[in-house]
Amino acid sequence: MSEQNPAPQQANEDYSPSRRAFHLAVINIFGALIGLALAVPTGIYLLTAPRKRGGTKWIDAGDVGQINPGTPVELSFQESRLDGWRLVTEKKTAWVVKNTDSSIVAFGPQCTHLGCAYHVENGQFVCPCHTSIFSLDGKVTAGPAPRPLDRYETKIENNRLQIGDLKQQA
Amino acid sequence: MGDKLKQLLDEIDHRTGIVSGLHHFLNEDIPASSGWHQIFGSVALFLFMVQFFTGMMLGFNYAPTPGDAYSSVRYIMTEVTGGRLIRGLHHWGASMIIVIVVIHMLQVFIWGAYKKPREATWIVGVVLLLLTLAYGLTGYLLPWDNRAYWGTVVTTQIGATVPMMGPYVSRILASAGAIGVQTFARFYTMHVQLLPPLTMILIFFHVFLVRRHGVAPAPGDELKPKKKFFPEQVFKDTVAVFVAFAILFTMAVMAKVPLERMADPTDTAYIPRPEWYFLFLFQTLKAFEGPLEVVGTVVLPTLAIVALILTPFIDRGKLVAVRQRTLAIGIVVLAGIGWGGLTGAAVKSTPPQTVASSIDFAGPTQWMESAPNELAGIGYYRREKCGACHNIEAGTTAKSGPNLVNTARRHDADWLLTHLKNPAAASPGSSMAPANLTDAEMKDVQAFLLKLTPDNAEVVDTAPDFAVQGAILYQKNSCGACHAVNGVGGKIGPALNGMSQRRNEAWVIEHFVNPKKVSPTTPMPPYNFKQPDMQNMVNYLFTLAARAPGQ
Repeated sequence: MSEQNPAPQQANEDYSPSRRAFHLAVINIFGALIGLALAVPTGIYLLTAPRKRGGTKWIDAGDVGQINPGTPVELSFQESRLDGWRLVTEKKTAWVVKNTDSSIVAFGPQCTHLGCAYHVENGQFVCPCHTSIFSLDGKVTAGPAPRPLDRYETKIENNRLQIGDLKQQA
Repeated sequence: MGDKLKQLLDEIDHRTGIVSGLHHFLNEDIPASSGWHQIFGSVALFLFMVQFFTGMMLGFNYAPTPGDAYSSVRYIMTEVTGGRLIRGLHHWGASMIIVIVVIHMLQVFIWGAYKKPREATWIVGVVLLLLTLAYGLTGYLLPWDNRAYWGTVVTTQIGATVPMMGPYVSRILASAGAIGVQTFARFYTMHVQLLPPLTMILIFFHVFLVRRHGVAPAPGDELKPKKKFFPEQVFKDTVAVFVAFAILFTMAVMAKVPLERMADPTDTAYIPRPEWYFLFLFQTLKAFEGPLEVVGTVVLPTLAIVALILTPFIDRGKLVAVRQRTLAIGIVVLAGIGWGGLTGAAVKSTPPQTVASSIDFAGPTQWMESAPNELAGIGYYRREKCGACHNIEAGTTAKSGPNLVNTARRHDADWLLTHLKNPAAASPGSSMAPANLTDAEMKDVQAFLLKLTPDNAEVVDTAPDFAVQGAILYQKNSCGACHAVNGVGGKIGPALNGMSQRRNEAWVIEHFVNPKKVSPTTPMPPYNFKQPDMQNMVNYLFTLAARAPGQ
């Protein structure tokens, strides 16, 4: 409001320019303080992540002892996560591939292009949407997919696959 | 820079008229007598804007259905960063608006500023006051806690007593029979969809009328030269707005914003009370019983509203100086005394809430899920001052003893008992003194330590003393041999979760002292606890969740 330049006060001699300047300064400073006191908490309220409550990181996805090397298997598992104030349990899936050295890779079930669910065709992962094709190690061999398939963090306990967070691959 | 800015503003103004419009608005001529007494309208307008804004912010994290509403408000209060502050601003802002709007009206009333030609401005103002109260009434239900639920039960029942219209009021509020999802939807929609646009239109109209007729002058002002609204009066308004906001912000930070347990229609112990600004009405009702009740619920409030609306038509004399408006001042003083007396009487007659219903559910409540032996263990942990040498939360500064979180991962139950009895035997070189506890007490500490994880560590600090003392008493008397609490304990007696919904305090105390008297077939022996043990025990039992966790 400091840009205001209204006509000089009519016939009000006690309203001196210095008084007017003081009033303008107070209006601007107080206005700015109120604005800040509302804007900063609102920014924090909208932009910071809510307090995290504990949850277990590793989810059991089943026995992987019987999986044949080189044959992708779709495993499903239940994940509980906090959706705001609700604890929701969702069914999730992973494409699991056992390598010849018995190491296990679990891929996220969505194409890295636009998130369609892909399937297995002739020993490779094929996305039905825009025909991106991934090899069994997740690399893009054809189509518009910009990066290899996302992988879950995994570990094996007593032959059972434990699934962790989904991580993007460079 | 200054020139560029001016040029930009000129260009914008040329196309939109915004800048010159604002100039025109701010350059209003106001009477020479204008001053500090006329700041309240601006403060009210500012507070309405704060309510609109904070209400919208709350809406970003709020789910408007019962149950979810409560959980989401709790989520806002306990998990969203800054959520407590935003709700605090909205909650206390609601009260503050009432105060400011009423002061604004009193000022206009005392100065006689409603006189011809400003009758319409006054009437729109009265309607805005009613809308403000309607916000309070409808917003009260939205957190869906016990307070909200029971307050609304009373309000809607009052609505139902309106002669002839009663059934229709109940129909519109969907409150016939019981308060439920439909009532909730109606209150929510009124609060966030009906009232805000209505208020905006009426505020606009109100301000338009003020501009149309000019700010009311004092008698004799006509001869004096006019002042400008900006910046002299805007300065005063800004200072007032700033003071009001500073008070509001301080309250939002410092004062507790209530959130009780979730609405429980079966809670027979709950004592409903309306928000403070409705207490005088609540008290008035008590004076009228039976067929006269309608006088208190409908006739008097309606007469008061009609009298307010008719004020400019009853008082039609010329403008006179404030000092000479003794009748107006007298009426205000009398109304103030009447309001204060009724409110005071209502406050005085309010019985203290039970401990169970005064627990802050916006704070940590995880202790309610602990088993009695764990809570008792926490009591001994506190009594033995274990916290002087041990940490229980991750990331705190190191103390001489090890951090106790996740004890169960490192040690088994037997090791713990040995360690408590004779620390050096279990941990050679330990400088810890043997715990000064009986074997049974050590078992409780053991139970608590074995369950201690980063997720529940806060319970050690947050469990209220009455619950801990109640749990100690519960353990000492082996109540768990027959009864279960939170899923832990025997099955001979009834599970104690949800007892608050079946029994009242007097019954429970009677049952302790003389079980056979209130429940002839019970095998329970009498327990004549002394005070404060008895009260701690009863309070503890009454704060147990209706269902054991996980059931």
